[in-house]
Amino acid sequence: MTKMTKMTNQVRPQQPTERATGRLSRTRILALVRKELNDFRRNRLIATTMAVMPLLFMIEPVITVFKLPANAPASRLDALVGVATLELMLIPALVPAVVASYAVVGEREQGTLEPVLTTPIRPSEFLLGKALAVFLPALGVAYTMYGVFLAAVGLFAHANVAHDIFEVPRIVAQLLFTPLLALWSIWAAIAVSTRAGDVRVAQQLSSLASLPPLAVTALVGFDVVKPTTTVAVVIGAALLLVDTVAWRLVSAFFHSERLVTGAKPA
Amino acid sequence: MERESANTRDQAPPSGPAIVVEGLTKRFGGRTAFADVTLSVEYGEVFGFLGPNGAGKSTTVRTLGTLLAPTSGSATVAGLPLHPANSGEIRRRIAVMPESPGLYPRLSVAENLDFFAGLYELDHRRSRIERSLRAVNLLDRADDPCRSLSKGLRQRVGLARALLSDPRILFLDEPTSGLDPLAAHDVHELIDGLRKRGVTIFLTTHRLAEAEALCDRVGILNTTLRTIGRPDDLRERLFAKTLEVSTRAPLTEPDSVFADLPGVDGWRRGDDAGEHTTYVLTITDADLAAPAVARAVVTGGADLLTLNPSRHSLQEVYLQLVNEDVEAQAR
Repeated sequence: MTKMTKMTNQVRPQQPTERATGRLSRTRILALVRKELNDFRRNRLIATTMAVMPLLFMIEPVITVFKLPANAPASRLDALVGVATLELMLIPALVPAVVASYAVVGEREQGTLEPVLTTPIRPSEFLLGKALAVFLPALGVAYTMYGVFLAAVGLFAHANVAHDIFEVPRIVAQLLFTPLLALWSIWAAIAVSTRAGDVRVAQQLSSLASLPPLAVTALVGFDVVKPTTTVAVVIGAALLLVDTVAWRLVSAFFHSERLVTGAKPA
Repeated sequence: MERESANTRDQAPPSGPAIVVEGLTKRFGGRTAFADVTLSVEYGEVFGFLGPNGAGKSTTVRTLGTLLAPTSGSATVAGLPLHPANSGEIRRRIAVMPESPGLYPRLSVAENLDFFAGLYELDHRRSRIERSLRAVNLLDRADDPCRSLSKGLRQRVGLARALLSDPRILFLDEPTSGLDPLAAHDVHELIDGLRKRGVTIFLTTHRLAEAEALCDRVGILNTTLRTIGRPDDLRERLFAKTLEVSTRAPLTEPDSVFADLPGVDGWRRGDDAGEHTTYVLTITDADLAAPAVARAVVTGGADLLTLNPSRHSLQEVYLQLVNEDVEAQAR
């Protein structure tokens, strides 16, 4: 047991019944997150998705920005910066969608869903654990790529291009929208994953489902809505509301009976 | 409600039956998975749940394991009524090992168990994992990825996982399905070891020899519960007791030889083997009938070769009941 994960003594809270206490178990959620992260690390497809897809979505905007001449007209500058911003937004939208699409259908395919659902874990804990395990690395990757993009622009782009990209409302919007887009993608992908028959279908449908909120963020990116900090915060609040509703809906429609037997619960 | 001690088997056994099921039915739309099942399992008992494929065995286990909601009827599992409000606590008190061990192939054996220990919020996880692996003789494979294990070893890891939380009741769904005889024998020994430790086991299987060797009582399910009892009781209930008498030559007057013997109700000619002659006697008590029959045969001038009480296998009991269902359906 030399390499066995270091285990800490956990104190189990008093939980007489599911309905008597509405509290979620942090221990169970963290156990699921830890397991998922361990599994992701060793899953070549997920590890590649996490590494390659963000790089592709970051390199293209960098090239676009570097190609902009110093004397580019303001309208062209705004348009190209809008495209670059949108491409960067694809990272928090698509990466978590692809990874989260495994959440339920992947467990079902490898026969692990039933053993997990026969433990005391509650559906809401299961879903939160699954979501967190995708959200944390996806957010890390998305912010890292954005940081690399900003660093490249700051170091190598023309000053007026860099000035446009370094506008505070743009940065606020990017920082705010990144986690919110990721959350939407995760809940949409998990919802698809609970219904899909296999992982590939789940991946494709999840990728599609992750895109609609990008339209809203594109309004800011393309200056259709003037990018101010207030606008970014308002849109962010709206996305947060959508994410919360999505979580509630996914939890409400999570039926272990249907997942295990394929039959509709009575 | 008092929190359960993690190590339930070190405590006095809980009072009352481990499982009480009354009129339990599960339907999926118009299809009935099982209907009107009534049974009771005591703590420390190994209960075999037999039946053909599609009889509703696994669905019963899933229902008692709170994974599926029953359509009607009631049940008490590990002292708690089967109700959505109790499902969390019931799951804490039981463990279910489905037919497929359901392990994460990329994670090591220890990582798999650590994950499940986390889901049960267990204390002293490291020592529990070691103890569970020791129980299934897999401590030396703790760091191996599960995908590198044979099916038999994976099944053992599945058992180790089920033992992690020291469950009051262990549901084993076809634990030897797909295993070669050697691996199946290993699993049998493990189950026997658990029985000796007083673990209550609800074992679904269609391996009748397995049930006969391991189970204190069995129930035979074919959508409805066809019978329940100890294997010996079932044999007696379904088949008349017989005594097989083999002589070197035919008796000259078998009617008079077998008439009025204590414990003997009647006789017929059996299938003769080679030059021997066989008689099958219907008896009520083997201890009473056998000596009297032996004396009567010798007195009748015959050479007595063998005298065997009949022993119907559980398989014969099972086939008798399942064939009755098939015939009833055909009618």
